[in-house]
Amino acid sequence: MKKLLVKKGRVIDPANNLDEHLDLLIADGKIAQVGKQLEDKEAQIIDAQGLIVAPGFIDMHCHLREPGREDEETIESGCRAAAAGGFTSVACMPNTEPPNDSQSVTEFILKQAAEKGIVNVFPIGAATKGLLGEELAEIGELKETGIVAVSDDGNPIYNGNLMRKALEYTGMFDLPVIDHCEDRELSAHGVMNEGYYSTLLGLPGIPAAAEEIMVARNIILTALTKGQLHIAHISTKGSVELLKWAKAQVLRITAEVTPHHFTLTDKEVCSYDTNTKMNPPLRSTEDVDAILQGIKDGTIDAIATDHAPHRRDEKNVEYADAPFGIIGLETAVPLALGLVNRGVISISRMIAMFTINPASILKIERGTLSPGAVADMTLLNLSERVKIDVNSFQSKSRNSPFHGWELKGRAIITIVGGKVVWSAKHII
Amino acid sequence: MPLKRKDLLGIEPLSVEEINLILNTAKAFKEVSTRDVKKVPTLRGKTIINLFFEPSTRTRTSFEIAGKRLSADILNISASTSSVVKGETLVDTARNLEAMYPDIIIIRHSRAGAPHLLANICRASVINAGDGAHEHPTQALLDAFTIKEYKKQIKGLKVAIIGDILHSRVARSNIHLLTKLGAEVRIAGPATYIPVEIEKLGVKVYHHIDAAFEGCDVVMMLRIQRERQDKSYLPSLREYFNLFGLTPERLRRATKDVIIMHPGPLNRGVEISSEAADGPYSVILEQVTNGVAVRMAVLYLLMGGKYEEVVS
Repeated sequence: MKKLLVKKGRVIDPANNLDEHLDLLIADGKIAQVGKQLEDKEAQIIDAQGLIVAPGFIDMHCHLREPGREDEETIESGCRAAAAGGFTSVACMPNTEPPNDSQSVTEFILKQAAEKGIVNVFPIGAATKGLLGEELAEIGELKETGIVAVSDDGNPIYNGNLMRKALEYTGMFDLPVIDHCEDRELSAHGVMNEGYYSTLLGLPGIPAAAEEIMVARNIILTALTKGQLHIAHISTKGSVELLKWAKAQVLRITAEVTPHHFTLTDKEVCSYDTNTKMNPPLRSTEDVDAILQGIKDGTIDAIATDHAPHRRDEKNVEYADAPFGIIGLETAVPLALGLVNRGVISISRMIAMFTINPASILKIERGTLSPGAVADMTLLNLSERVKIDVNSFQSKSRNSPFHGWELKGRAIITIVGGKVVWSAKHII
Repeated sequence: MPLKRKDLLGIEPLSVEEINLILNTAKAFKEVSTRDVKKVPTLRGKTIINLFFEPSTRTRTSFEIAGKRLSADILNISASTSSVVKGETLVDTARNLEAMYPDIIIIRHSRAGAPHLLANICRASVINAGDGAHEHPTQALLDAFTIKEYKKQIKGLKVAIIGDILHSRVARSNIHLLTKLGAEVRIAGPATYIPVEIEKLGVKVYHHIDAAFEGCDVVMMLRIQRERQDKSYLPSLREYFNLFGLTPERLRRATKDVIIMHPGPLNRGVEISSEAADGPYSVILEQVTNGVAVRMAVLYLLMGGKYEEVVS
């Protein structure tokens, strides 16, 4: 395999507290050397002057839709979208058809990823058989096959006793339980955040309490079981407060936030554009402020996309009838850089939220540029102006509310295992 | 002055001037319905489609009569007899209707925002005839028209809207319209039927009907549809009537010349007693009469008609 020499970039590796202009030599798919003015005659040079060189970004929550809904996304197209967005690794949710609740489905996903995927794919297994919330899935066997976490994805693990058992059982395999926190009775037929705008628009609301009650329950069960809990797509002020409390109790609890939940509010729904419909829904300004504070003070650990591809015609219906979810792999990095541009967090903290933090939660050997580490890297240009155009996306789907947005900064080179898989506008 | 918009999707986006323009134009049209020959040639050659995805007697008939009195060609499509039963989407239905060049599509739909979806696709003007719990603009306009007939002006009036505010598009449209025109709007109903943060729309919330009626000039009763809802909102219709039902005794707290309104259809003995519905304060049938004039005005103005030309 060809050697690569990434020269003169600003290397930011939060895991090693590193922020310096350095060169990186990559050999055999690993970081061989990090230092000043490195030379290697055999290596292909990447001039990273003016760029940030970061460990490869990890999206710990996405939907690749394969098997089952290849009309919306495939492992191949999802991986291309990930690479184009600056991600070198994705963790894919088990709500496929059939769901990833068995060894054979996990094997299929890993096989497709190895053959067709240009980034690393880490499958998340179902916590319960068929995602039905009735019996635990064969988590031991799934772990052996290669899953990095369990989750029932869009289905909260509803039965408290079963959630308790999931937290206990996964402890044997050192796997986190990722839960979509939602009290389904409280959210009822809701399609947007319950608040002033749901009242104005006459749309059924999902109260913040629907999320917070489940966050609280899960925290209490984590204390009981000493398990590892990861809260998916946190969206409310109350959830951030609960999480803060839980972390003060030194429980093994982490949380992720999506770019849309820290960027948009429920006011966006006024257009009845179904690309503003996701679950959890876009929340109030007060919630977004609390989320930003949680990102700032470290309460929230990771940024994840919840990339949820849907066909255009499925979304082009009455608001209440549209499926929940938007795609995010190709917009997450520019939106997260918005946090840096607005002074909410430092670039180093932002990189940590995409790299070492998700890697630590999922316990995957990624997320750092230490010598010897797998050479997954994301190169960022912070000053480039970007206009989001869904028609240029690598994803098979187009359901993004950010079409036409003008942002500053993006990922321009994506390196996976020492190989450049994406550079500016084309795949090598 | 013409109405400078393609669609009528709600009251919320309308200015006070636009509301007054519609009400004044309706006043001029009201006379047409009292003639021996109830027809003017104003919209001759225009095609109007009444696209109703929910049952309706009053609104659909009212639009149909309004269109016919303006000489437009108007046809009715109801969901049960359309391709919707074959699984056609709203967008496809709209595109197919659009291909036949209608001038106006009037839509009623159970989903909030359905008319907006249609308006984005169609060249034709779209009129919202009720979308979910969102808006029912022509109902609010005919209500305002009726109030003005009895009270001369809306500014300063105390109006109580009673019942299931949460699921009511009539309540929302009326709240927007009446607050824009300067009325004091009170809403009252069981706490489970009051939407969150409704105060931000400029209304006062009451949970006791007597307090809401105190010194009231106008009382609007809303229909209760417990049979179609999750039963958690209300223990029983009996308890609802005991707490919020309109009876002549309760009206004593209102002003002496209070008017009683209801968008229909009535649930006698649920939200309103027959004595109140058929009594001297009721203007419920006058609302229906005025509905035709208001809808004539809306159709006329959306087709580019000018107020001055109706008056002359």
